[in-house]
Amino acid sequence: MALKYTAEHEWILADQGVATVGITHHAQDALGDVVFVELPEVGTHFDQGDVTGVVESVKAAADVYMPVSGEIVAVNDALRDTPALANTDPLGAGWFFKVRLSEPAQLDALMDETAYGDFAK
Amino acid sequence: MVPFAGYSMPVQYRQGLIAEHRHTRSQAGLFDVSHMGQLTLSGPQASLALESLIPMDVLGLAVGRQRYGLLLNDEGGVLDDLMFTRCADHLLLVVNGACKAADLAHLQARIGQRCRITPLDTHALLALQGPAAATALERVVPGVAALVFMSGGDFAWAGHALFITRSGYTGEDGFEVSVPRAGADALARALLAQPEVLPIGLGARNSLRLEAGLCLYGNELDAQTTPARAQLLWAVQKVRRTGGARAGGFPGAARVLHEIEHGCDRLRVGLLALERVPVREHTPLQDAAGQPIGEVSSGLLGPSVDRAIAMGCIDRRHADIGTQVVAMVRGKPVPMQVCALPFVPHRYYRG
Repeated sequence: MALKYTAEHEWILADQGVATVGITHHAQDALGDVVFVELPEVGTHFDQGDVTGVVESVKAAADVYMPVSGEIVAVNDALRDTPALANTDPLGAGWFFKVRLSEPAQLDALMDETAYGDFAK
Repeated sequence: MVPFAGYSMPVQYRQGLIAEHRHTRSQAGLFDVSHMGQLTLSGPQASLALESLIPMDVLGLAVGRQRYGLLLNDEGGVLDDLMFTRCADHLLLVVNGACKAADLAHLQARIGQRCRITPLDTHALLALQGPAAATALERVVPGVAALVFMSGGDFAWAGHALFITRSGYTGEDGFEVSVPRAGADALARALLAQPEVLPIGLGARNSLRLEAGLCLYGNELDAQTTPARAQLLWAVQKVRRTGGARAGGFPGAARVLHEIEHGCDRLRVGLLALERVPVREHTPLQDAAGQPIGEVSSGLLGPSVDRAIAMGCIDRRHADIGTQVVAMVRGKPVPMQVCALPFVPHRYYRG
């Protein structure tokens, strides 16, 4: 599966029905130094577009939205102690949570790398 | 870049907010604060005229000395906070950018007949702040290191007349330099060329002033907030208080003087979060029983204190230092403690 992107500047990478979600490089750059991340609770179901938590820099707070419907199966606890991972490695060690997809077809409507690159310009 | 007070201003430069904040506390940071309003009052009645609008001792201010002031409305609410300095033949006022048009109209309406009011649209304002500010500025403008906190004087650089005060809004030692527009760009570049100096944006300006426990107009101060509520009575000199030689005689005097004697219902306090969760402006505050007791006016994760800090306005019964309160952040309770201000000790140079 390839990376997909939302208009709210999250990325999502699906692998066999479970997808990893984080914020994009563009999002972390716009926010600046991330100092706090509020993560959802494992086991919670969210619909696409629901607010799952928040990411905060010194200057601003931004909601984190659910890119696709599903149940949270894991969260990145390392972000609680080291929120700056969202800046230094947004697509890697700075991932936010993993979700078990309840409607995998929703992925098809999200942006691919090229479309998001144009969108975020 | 963001719109701010009618200007386009940088929130941060390349280093980022936290690095800029820490650099200002350890070295020196340059702030372009040209959006702020500068104006002069002149004429024999200027000091008494200004005293009719603010509860400060203007008459007793010596030449070359600077003071913090509060422009009040007729109910004792704060229209703006400002700095004023006595120069040889005039008073120099520095007011908030977002308030400057209203301030000018207010001054002209109330005291325009008693003194000459001149907006200094011709001048930019640069602030150099931090423990290395004196060393860096002295290299560019020899003589400034002799100034002490809240004093000012005339200097020159590259043919431009400067007025420099040793003051600022970060809690650090530092200077504010009023420079004619024609020389502002070159002076800023000359200061940035000093090895101690980095440019600092609006974001760090806010986090630095909050750690220093200083009020921001629009957050801690507004037209409904009195000097007592804002805990700014230290700025009201004795001579203007009940029993003083020039007691009262400013807008809202009855209420302001009453609150000096009897206190007021709500107070500005410092708040320290007991969890590492930023608590931002407008977050509601509750007591242990869940009753509303006030609201946060400014809050963030302080880069130097490395804790979530805030200021807020709360019911006086909960304003004692050490009192535990609860901030409701997105519906979740975050425990906070009322604490002494500032969060970071001031390091002004007093000679």
